[in-house]
Amino acid sequence: MTLEEFVSLFAEQFDDTPAEVFTPETKYSTLDEWGSLVALSVISMVDEEMDKSVSGSELKKCSTIEELYNLIEAK
Amino acid sequence: MAELSIKHVKIRGIAACVPERVEENKDYTRIPQEEIEKYIQTTGVVRRHCAIHDGSICTSDLCQKAAEKLIADLGWSKDEIGLLVFVSHTTDYRLPATACVLQDKMGITKNCLAFDITLGCSGYLLGMGTVGSIVQNGTIKKALVMVGNTQSEYASYEDRSMYLLLGDAGTVTALEYTEDDDYDQMDFSYMTDGSGRASVIVPDGGSRNPTNAHSFEYEDCGDGIRRTRLHEKMDGTDVFSFAMFNVPRNFKALSERINLDKEKVDYMLIHQANKFLMEKLRKKLGFEPEKCPYNIHEFGNTSGATIPLLMVTNLKKELESRPLTLCMTTIGVGFSLGSGCIHTNKIIVPDLMYL
Repeated sequence: MTLEEFVSLFAEQFDDTPAEVFTPETKYSTLDEWGSLVALSVISMVDEEMDKSVSGSELKKCSTIEELYNLIEAK
Repeated sequence: MAELSIKHVKIRGIAACVPERVEENKDYTRIPQEEIEKYIQTTGVVRRHCAIHDGSICTSDLCQKAAEKLIADLGWSKDEIGLLVFVSHTTDYRLPATACVLQDKMGITKNCLAFDITLGCSGYLLGMGTVGSIVQNGTIKKALVMVGNTQSEYASYEDRSMYLLLGDAGTVTALEYTEDDDYDQMDFSYMTDGSGRASVIVPDGGSRNPTNAHSFEYEDCGDGIRRTRLHEKMDGTDVFSFAMFNVPRNFKALSERINLDKEKVDYMLIHQANKFLMEKLRKKLGFEPEKCPYNIHEFGNTSGATIPLLMVTNLKKELESRPLTLCMTTIGVGFSLGSGCIHTNKIIVPDLMYL
């Protein structure tokens, strides 16, 4: 999966935040809508689309979407 | 995977009891109604049966009420029950074992092996596997597996993620040895990963962190959540991520070992943790919605009791009237995981009881 595709799938997990807000540099935990429910959706998306497991603490550790992407791709 | 294969045991009956008292999630006052509705939609929990935790109703009381009725309906004598196992995280005392208390209060013969297993959500699978393994020896003929929790006790009112989720219930399953080949084959697969122990924990009150003056102080945990170190703390995202990865692996190991034909499975009972996780797991495990009953809207997450409670509330008629092949899978505190496949053949199932 490319970084671009990942950013777009990441954006789909949000109901209220518009898709154009999301770039590889987006610091997702600073978004108003970010919370445990969106985090669960991201974990689930990573599982379904990439067949990889990302943990809650990894989501907390990463800052930008690109950082998260690189961490998952390296697994 | 740790595997158990149990023969020469029959499941004779199952019963459950919940507190009469109901808490409606919509009545929760600490977050806006809109947020409560979203929470209910995601977790599936509309209301929960919860005891008032003043010692008047303990898990053992719920299990006892269920067991008294089941024993009566089975026509068993209390003199012939040779094994009583109580599986719970909410015991009457730190010591003695609650199983010993129940032996006496219920008047079960003193010629009885009774002990507790401390486990949460995976408790039913662990209890059935342990008791089934003992009973298949043939030296103990009749046994009771009591599984329950009144863990709403551990939820801080100011921690919505726990408070709106947890319900209380007590259950009992009656197992009997049979020499003949008409036994109800039971198979289980287990996994344990204690590295996740901090993900679901009551930090203080045990021997590691004895209760002290600071145990009662409320800590600000962010996101408007406050709790003490005597409350249950759960990192929901960690549990979710662990479950999504490991539950399918655990169930797959069981399926492959027993050559499970999914078409022949009457029901797949998924631990009633929360609707969001259950739906994801159902899809990953590959079962149609019709085969996966839910009751989480009425009872919340009752920990180890969810599967036997679900059997009583949703499958009573079928359990009583025809042979069933039931698969089940659980993940919980520990982390402790279990998947199982059991068979029943017209067992006794009293109506759900209230206390």
